[in-house]
Amino acid sequence: MNWRAVGAIIRKDIKVVLRSKAVLLPIILVPLFIQVILPAALGLGVNLIPQSSSEMEDLAQMMSAMPPGLQEQLGSLDEKQLFLTLMLVYVFAPFFLIVPLMVSSVIAADSFAGEKERKTLEALLHSAITNQELLAGKLLAAWLPAIAVSLASFLLYGVIANAVGWPILGQIFFPTTMWFVLVLWVAPAVSGLGLGVTVLISSRVKTFQEAYQLGGIIVVPIVALVIGQAAGVLYLSSGFTFALGLIAWLIDAALLWLGIRTFQRERLLAQL
Amino acid sequence: MATTDIVIATRHFTRRFGDLVAVNNLTLEVFRGEIFGLLGHNGAGKTTTIRLLNGVLAANSGSARVLGFDPSKDGTALRRRTGVLTENPSLDDRLTARENLLFYADINNVPRGKAPRRIEELLVDFELLERADEQAGGYSKGMKQRLALARALLHEPELLFLDEPTTGLDPVASLYVRQLITHLSKHKGRTVLLCTHNLVEAQRLCDRVAVLEHGQLLAVGTPADLGHRFGKVHKLAVELEHEQVPQALEILKQEQGITVEAEDKVLHIIGAVRERIPALIQLLTNAHIRIYRVTPQEPSLEDVYFALHGEGENSL
Repeated sequence: MNWRAVGAIIRKDIKVVLRSKAVLLPIILVPLFIQVILPAALGLGVNLIPQSSSEMEDLAQMMSAMPPGLQEQLGSLDEKQLFLTLMLVYVFAPFFLIVPLMVSSVIAADSFAGEKERKTLEALLHSAITNQELLAGKLLAAWLPAIAVSLASFLLYGVIANAVGWPILGQIFFPTTMWFVLVLWVAPAVSGLGLGVTVLISSRVKTFQEAYQLGGIIVVPIVALVIGQAAGVLYLSSGFTFALGLIAWLIDAALLWLGIRTFQRERLLAQL
Repeated sequence: MATTDIVIATRHFTRRFGDLVAVNNLTLEVFRGEIFGLLGHNGAGKTTTIRLLNGVLAANSGSARVLGFDPSKDGTALRRRTGVLTENPSLDDRLTARENLLFYADINNVPRGKAPRRIEELLVDFELLERADEQAGGYSKGMKQRLALARALLHEPELLFLDEPTTGLDPVASLYVRQLITHLSKHKGRTVLLCTHNLVEAQRLCDRVAVLEHGQLLAVGTPADLGHRFGKVHKLAVELEHEQVPQALEILKQEQGITVEAEDKVLHIIGAVRERIPALIQLLTNAHIRIYRVTPQEPSLEDVYFALHGEGENSL
């Protein structure tokens, strides 16, 4: 493996992404909204507005659907503390996964389908780079920034969550063990998932926009997680989160295998 | 020609895409240091031939050796020693000229210590230095083509594949690219395989040409050689006394199988085969027409091309 060539692809793809507003804006705005604005607004709301009795009834109903272990763990909290903890620790956790998923998808769409659209791929296919080096460079060019943005938004989220939680909880309550599993184990796997799906989609479409829009389908499992938690069907315990990560890694491996098989010069040329 | 001087050798090279035979039974040799032209209409198989020879596509049958490598097996090693100018410049518009070249220096493993100086040299040679740090998206077509050519030369390849290098360029930029190709071949010893449908360009640049149609090789040779073999239209320019031009026209109009056009004091006789020239001149001298100059005009590559394709100029 010629790592110099792989590194060149990574640097080039990231540089090209940073120079495109269409690609850069979602990478900045989505984490900003999910990890900063939304939790800050929620925290401020809990601090400033008194809870109505109907909301408290909803909360009690949601709490009664949670596993006994969690009920016991959160049993000592008053209503506001309980609401804030449930929202910022559990309900927001699946939302966090949108960040690595979206970042890897948008960069992969630009790197694979976008390169076809811009007609920049042919010269690269005529160079001495191997198929494996080209694929490795392009995958890492999308995966590494997704990890970096996820870590940065996690750190920001931690600061915001503790800042808005401090007046109500009086302690640093975030991150929990589950969040460490989520950030260090699940998020990299989920970004691999976004990447793999977008690469497969990119091989069948001609433009960045098509790949990006079709890639949006991958957000469906995350929406299912959000609904599942809200309905009390499941909750993200450390064990469940770990298992979730394991499934994502296994799907990643399958997608990578498929990617290696389909990422061939001849096929790529045929799509130009 | 010694075997070591053969840079490209193909034998019955064939590539199909479904029912379409893009390259059909191609057998040819290209020698070290020559500019070899592949001529043909769009869809004649020129670009596919380059892709096959550079190991980007695999042939369905036949064999090839390029710089001693089998392109279908040793594509990566081969591509380290070839440079390609694709029909589309294939540059990243969001990168500057310098960044485009730096990227390909890494891809092609140009030694790190050598790369910046080499890039600077190319930017100077291709007159891009002043705008080297501007994004390529803002460049004119000619500048993009020059940058793409600089990229193809970055790792000092022995063999260059140039696919329609002057398409879309203005006359000044075209001349510049043609001069550069000649320089690379004649002074730097590079072998150039040039795809074009610009026959004038091929005649000016190429040592030898191959004419392709529907992936099949119709003829190969030097432009002059092909002219003698396949040039159907023979032209003759005869310079006369100005006031004798109408009389000469009258005499020659009686002759079958030729067309005569007058231009000032020169008669252009079209369709006169070589063997007929003395008799035609004798007709004029017998009528006491004073002849100052007789210039046979060799068939051009264009004549050959249309003769081989069974078409007339007018059919365009």
